[in-house]
Amino acid sequence: MIEQDWAIILARVQFAFTVSFHFLFPAFTIGLASFLAVLEGLWLKTGKGVYANLYRYWLKIFAVVFAMGVVSGIVMSYQFGTNWSVFSDKAGPVIGPLMAYEVLTAFFLEAGFLGVMLFGINKVGRKLHFVATLAVAAGTFVSAFWILSVNSWMQTPVGFEMGANGQFLPGDSWLAIVFNPSFPYRLVHTVLAAYLTTAFAVSAVGAWHLLKDRQNPGARKMFSMAMWMAAIVAPIQIFAGDMHGLNTLEHQPAKVMAMEGHYQSHPEGAPLILFGIPNSKEKRVDYAIEIPKASSLILKHDLNAPLAGLDTIPDADEPPVGIVFWSFRIMVGLGFAMLGIGLWSLTARARKKLYDWPSLHRAAVAMGPSGFVAVLAGWVTTEVGRQPFTIYGLLRTADSASPLDAPAVAASLVAFVVVYFAVFGMGIRYLLHLMKKPPEAHEATLDGMPIRSAGITPAAAVIKGEGA
Amino acid sequence: MIDLTVVWAAIIGFAIIAYVVMDGFDLGIGILFPFFKVGKDRDTAMNSIAPVWDGNETWLVMGVGGLLAAFPLAYAIILPALYAPMIAMLLGLVFRGVAFEFRWRDPAHRELWDRAFTAGSIVATFAQGIALGALLQGITVEGRAYAGGWWEWLSPFSLLTGFGLLIGYALLGACWLNWKTEDGLQRQAVTYAGRLGIALLLMIGAISFATLTLEAQYHQRWLSFPGVLATAQVPLATLIITFLFYRSLRLKKDAQPFFWALSLFGLCLIGLGVSIWPDVIPARVTIWEAAAPHRSQVFMLVGASIMVPIILAYTAWSYWVFRGKVGADGYH
Repeated sequence: MIEQDWAIILARVQFAFTVSFHFLFPAFTIGLASFLAVLEGLWLKTGKGVYANLYRYWLKIFAVVFAMGVVSGIVMSYQFGTNWSVFSDKAGPVIGPLMAYEVLTAFFLEAGFLGVMLFGINKVGRKLHFVATLAVAAGTFVSAFWILSVNSWMQTPVGFEMGANGQFLPGDSWLAIVFNPSFPYRLVHTVLAAYLTTAFAVSAVGAWHLLKDRQNPGARKMFSMAMWMAAIVAPIQIFAGDMHGLNTLEHQPAKVMAMEGHYQSHPEGAPLILFGIPNSKEKRVDYAIEIPKASSLILKHDLNAPLAGLDTIPDADEPPVGIVFWSFRIMVGLGFAMLGIGLWSLTARARKKLYDWPSLHRAAVAMGPSGFVAVLAGWVTTEVGRQPFTIYGLLRTADSASPLDAPAVAASLVAFVVVYFAVFGMGIRYLLHLMKKPPEAHEATLDGMPIRSAGITPAAAVIKGEGA
Repeated sequence: MIDLTVVWAAIIGFAIIAYVVMDGFDLGIGILFPFFKVGKDRDTAMNSIAPVWDGNETWLVMGVGGLLAAFPLAYAIILPALYAPMIAMLLGLVFRGVAFEFRWRDPAHRELWDRAFTAGSIVATFAQGIALGALLQGITVEGRAYAGGWWEWLSPFSLLTGFGLLIGYALLGACWLNWKTEDGLQRQAVTYAGRLGIALLLMIGAISFATLTLEAQYHQRWLSFPGVLATAQVPLATLIITFLFYRSLRLKKDAQPFFWALSLFGLCLIGLGVSIWPDVIPARVTIWEAAAPHRSQVFMLVGASIMVPIILAYTAWSYWVFRGKVGADGYH
């Protein structure tokens, strides 16, 4: 029995580790693919060399990130089976087809056009190459669509029937399954998060180079574009996150109770606990700093609305409060910091100091990793908040795992940790190295190889369009 | 009334064939990589697959994703049963996948990433071969779950299939390089292809005979009269295609040897089908026992029948874009 508990804990750690590491890469590629599509589109439209150079600059980074996303993603498609086989057997008829659609409509699209996007500009010409870039960008989005539908179904399962063999079977409407109640909110929230993650990574690179050379046209352009994204998307994201929270309150109240640290019910308006230390043993938040009734105002839009607490949930069905409480605050805190940078950039723009305000640039550099941290914190909130279930309210995590011996799971976990830190650690080093180089006026194609003279020569176009 | 379970078995089978056809030569080039001269030859070999490897590998995801979707019970039994080889394969694919980018990003450590490319390709291939052998020799199933230990996959037979696949993929890699490269590298590839062809034939023979001893079902399928009249065509065809393969090598054809080598793989897969049909886990679980419900099958079939032709079309286009011989500075 003890051995079995260990096997499940290790399997959970393994999934959390591999999926967290994996998601860092798509969080970046979803946004970066769209950014590249915009850059190439602007280049085609305006012919300005700065866009072509920025495209090539970020394409080198995209190639490295994408490779890491692919190999860590394949691992995920096997994790369900190797470590969570009972879950796969039971939920397979419902979530399997959604994942199959992800492969058919997204993975092949990304992978099929990636080769042309990376290496094909001299072979297919600019227009067709732009199509390839668009296809890859669309693929990253479609991939997010399906996998978030799967995840949302696990959070808010609907549209199924229970089979005699214990399987979840699809009901008569696949639309109900795909567009389950939390899916639209999760999709919007996650895709916006990817855009913000990319915007802050790009702006940090731009700001870094502005601090060294305010005149670098590539650095100016990327910083300006990224700051527009931050200023526009951050407030939308905060609004979308609020809607997502209200949706969660409706369908997964225990998760919101853990996020808020509400161990007790508040019949006459619940306080908003800003900070404190959740104490699950005593069922209270120690050293709490709170705003009276503000939680009811946010969640119910009424100061005095009653809010139920975790005292209404059986102990066996409660998520771990401490983790959810803190990860939620990290995410929200970073979200507001992003909003702050966005507003600051608008002020700078109004004063025509966007490229001449070193403290703004330093702040942007510091915020470079903020999107990645916020995205992981958000996933921890929603995934740990779903515990102790894999399929919310219906299938317990403890009943989902493969019949494996703890040593087997431990050995594979160690292997994943060692390999991921070594390989992706090197990969991240290479990324930082690429980012450290300033965007040049004659940015080379992949690996600094000269563009072939045969066929269409974007190099010439770049040189002509220089100084734009 | 068409049996959708059979249709889905065919689609998964197609995905596996597509994977072997497309990623086999990628991995084979990784296996042969240390034998190529550092510098131009290695760069050329790498460039010949750089634009397509990612799409090729997606068929592996299609195979396993399709298995989860169409035969969830099989997915839930096979993956825990093959736990160690599957984890090893995934880690191998991590190393060889990132090596495509990393070796260009870090010239000081290019040798290191070239080794990672080779080691990853070997481990991934060997693990796939072991997985095949472990499935064929039979896995312990109780109720709806795998019930063996975490070393059950390891046996002389599974090691044999592991080595067999290493040789097979290496042959495909050599034939691909014969097709896509020139001069010294091409000559080197032709030499390897000639040796690996013999080795593969021996391996196919050894694995075939060993398979007959594993389960009564296999023995009966292949050797009982009058079925033997049909099944005997498979080894016969193998010999004929081997002859054609060597003939095309001797005539210094570029593309032909690759397709004959693929045909050998095709025959092996047909042989595999003869042995196990209609089981998804050989001699344990049939495709009907493991099948997803009708509604899941129909929903996916709509997507697959629209998307698979489109995928094949743009995959073909991508190969066409990068057609012809490659140079060391071609794609990268």
